[in-house]
Amino acid sequence: MPQHRHSRRTILQAAGALAGGGLLQLSTTPAAATPETMQDAIRAVIGEAAVQNGKVKLDLPQIVENGNAVPCTVAVDSPMTATDYVKAIHIFNEKNPQPYVISVQLGPRAGRAAFSTRIRLADSQTITAIAELSDGTCWSGATDVIVTLAACIEESIH
Amino acid sequence: MARALIHVPATAKRGEVIEIKTLIAHVMETGYRVGVTGKPIPRDIIDDFVCTYNGEEVFRAKLYPAIAANPYISFFTLAAESGTIVFSWTDQHGATQVQTAPITVE
Repeated sequence: MPQHRHSRRTILQAAGALAGGGLLQLSTTPAAATPETMQDAIRAVIGEAAVQNGKVKLDLPQIVENGNAVPCTVAVDSPMTATDYVKAIHIFNEKNPQPYVISVQLGPRAGRAAFSTRIRLADSQTITAIAELSDGTCWSGATDVIVTLAACIEESIH
Repeated sequence: MARALIHVPATAKRGEVIEIKTLIAHVMETGYRVGVTGKPIPRDIIDDFVCTYNGEEVFRAKLYPAIAANPYISFFTLAAESGTIVFSWTDQHGATQVQTAPITVE
């Protein structure tokens, strides 16, 4: 009986290895960020502070035809006074070659904790924005984007 | 380095929150693309943007290759006093481009 169990396990392990190998071969994107590397990147930037959901509004189109320039606006709910303000806003992605997008530092002189830019997206994914407040708390907002033409890795069209 | 476009209101009321829009011509080459010869195209990005208002830093951004070509950044600031708003972009090689815009606060 132990002999039989052993052989079945061996077969299952072999099947698993085959399936894993197949998946690896299907993945063509080199060194892409993953949700895990995004979490690591977030920790590297904000440290061990607890991140709460809310206050951050991340505005991106739901469906993007061209990932080479996607308009992106972040606004954080904050009075922006000398004692209560947003000191930094960071944007992270899950599936571009690297997880960072932009890190912004501001202060009470900003008047309004918001900015806009245009970003590249290599795939359909969730984009996360994290705001660091003057009281040390961190707040996050996320939004899903569907991308039809990827950026970053596509060959030059020039 | 490159052509930069800036939009700052010429006049503002004291204490008003004004929007500033900036755009600079730059390829923001990611370093992840391959050219027609099969060789990787080397990374070439602007990685730092700073805005100062009469010498005081009011906005700073660290840019990564995930920022689109010709980086566009718009943000807000409080119109405190008349003076000069200075914008500077620095690329990964350390080259800096500086542009200034005057503002009159009533």
